[in-house]
Amino acid sequence: MMSKNRADAPVLLEARGVCKYFGGLKAIENVDMTIRKGDVFGIIGPNGAGKTTFFNICTGVFAPTKGEILLHGENIAGLTPEEIARKRMARTFQNIQLFKFMSVLENVQIGCHINTKTRMFDAVFQTKTYKKDEQYIAERSMDILQKIGLEEFAEMKAGNLPYGSQRKVEIARALALDPEILLLDEPAAGMNPNETMELREFILQLNEAGYTIVVIEHDMKFIMNSCNHILVLNFGQKIFEGAPEQVKANHDVQVAYFGKGIIARG
Amino acid sequence: MKKVKNTIVKYKLFFILAGLAILLLLPLVITKSVYMRHVCNVLIFATLASSLNIINGYSGQMCLGQAGFFAVGAYTCAILTTNYGWSFWVVWPVAGCLAALMGYLVSLPTLRLQGIYLSFVTLGFSEIIRIIAQTWTPVTGGNMGIKGIPFPIIFGKELFKPHDYYYILLATLLLFLFITSRILRSRIGRAWISIREESNAARSLGVEISRYKSMNFTYGAFWAGMIGAAYAPYVNFVDSSQFSLDTGFDALAMVVIGGQGTLIGPIIGSVVVTVLTESLRFLQYWRFVIYALIIIAMMWVRPQGIAGASNSILAGGKIRRSSRKKAISRNR
Ligand SMILES: Nc1ncnc2c1ncn2[C@@H]1O[C@H](COP(=O)(O)OP(=O)(O)OP(=O)(O)O)[C@@H](O)[C@H]1O
Ligand SMILES: [Mg+2]
Repeated sequence: MMSKNRADAPVLLEARGVCKYFGGLKAIENVDMTIRKGDVFGIIGPNGAGKTTFFNICTGVFAPTKGEILLHGENIAGLTPEEIARKRMARTFQNIQLFKFMSVLENVQIGCHINTKTRMFDAVFQTKTYKKDEQYIAERSMDILQKIGLEEFAEMKAGNLPYGSQRKVEIARALALDPEILLLDEPAAGMNPNETMELREFILQLNEAGYTIVVIEHDMKFIMNSCNHILVLNFGQKIFEGAPEQVKANHDVQVAYFGKGIIARG
Repeated sequence: MKKVKNTIVKYKLFFILAGLAILLLLPLVITKSVYMRHVCNVLIFATLASSLNIINGYSGQMCLGQAGFFAVGAYTCAILTTNYGWSFWVVWPVAGCLAALMGYLVSLPTLRLQGIYLSFVTLGFSEIIRIIAQTWTPVTGGNMGIKGIPFPIIFGKELFKPHDYYYILLATLLLFLFITSRILRSRIGRAWISIREESNAARSLGVEISRYKSMNFTYGAFWAGMIGAAYAPYVNFVDSSQFSLDTGFDALAMVVIGGQGTLIGPIIGSVVVTVLTESLRFLQYWRFVIYALIIIAMMWVRPQGIAGASNSILAGGKIRRSSRKKAISRNR
């Protein structure tokens, strides 16, 4: 799964001195990060550490107060989410944001948006472009649903699915975009242990298939077993970065998680 | 209920053809001109409400200014055919495009606005158009309006009887349905709906929401303009009072009653509201009270409208219990 020498892989996504302040609240303070091609990169930290905020900065929901986000060396800080999606970075949301009243299949079909070209004219006259696009969309979405094990729910309204499956629909939808890098915000939340295990398998399969994965998770077992590199945030700051074994052994991380000692805010 | 739906789907083509046949033969059955006028009114409002439904129902933008786009279409047609002698058939698409341009322009500053703010802007736009129509006397006739708008001529025949005009209005609605259903079945329609459902998620998937909202507004305004242009010769006379906010609200009521976000909804809404209005005429002004009560009752009992699905976004986000259980048990 992970290359023997992580340092040899090319850099894909990089954060340099990224800060995000909400008024007086320093949600992210001077965070550096390097994600390499082929990584399963974990981001952990206690509640309110700024993990989701960091994802939001990477995907264009927020512009950073300071700092740069480099994708393939190009600064994407301040671009809109839709521009960043076109650069093949896809994400899921911690608070599930499905198109609830569309079918599961339609949810995934929207993920194909950037890879299709149909314009109003094509749609009205059902030109070759339209037919080619619709065929591509139909095949690709069914294919993804099969891979993720949701094909029997294809026609169901997405909002009718149980929680765990809704998370899967979000991943399926993000995959339809054919991303190079996939950001998952607590993908296992609301899943039972069995589902969590299946999800882990699935994520590792995706990684094998060449996707670079960034994942926020509270489930330590999940993180330790799937990631090759982990970033630990606490009160918006990076307190550690390294391989799973190093993270486990690190004193600061233990303090942050188990609350020994006092951690100064800011 | 499901059985009914399945049968409809199974014999879809049959139902469509049968429906078309009935619609084409309708003027032969309804002999009285007065009744035919009502049918024509239903068609006009069905198309206007449908054009509003494109914006309100599909992309979820709360537009209250549809009367404005309707007016742009109607006045364009009235002015160009009456004062400049243009042929109706040339003016028709021009009027649609002009309304579309207006829709595009209105959409630009409103892209960042949502909900009630967007409603205010569109409402203001509608009033501005009406006031221009009322005061720009040299062009619009001011308070006098424009009289004697020529009827369209087809194969040397002047279409002035409601029995003939019916076909123009029917063609407009059918063309609208045909084109729109195709757009809705493409990535453009899906993008509109995704914006309504969850715009942040749509953006994260690369849907350029500004562009698609604009496109949606433009397209909805286009059809309001088209039906406006078809309306002007039909009534033979336009003045600004025909395009008050009430007209926009009537269309909105039809969309809400019939079912937002469905193609058939606004048409049903138009039939229901027109029938009610006509049959309650003897109550004089009291009929508006009845009218209001019905809308309130509707919002209470069936917020998704007559044609809306019970699991539509307007049904208050109620997800059916039974299907959720099914999903869970199947998942095991
Ligand atoms: N839009 C916002 N406006 C103001 N404050 C915000 C905003 N978004 C996040 N915050 C604050 O930033 C801090 C970090 O929040 P964030 O959601 O990033 O934490 P998290 O690490 O994802 O936590 P969790 O594990 O609970 O998901 C919190 O104190 C939060 O209240
Ligand atoms: Mg979070």
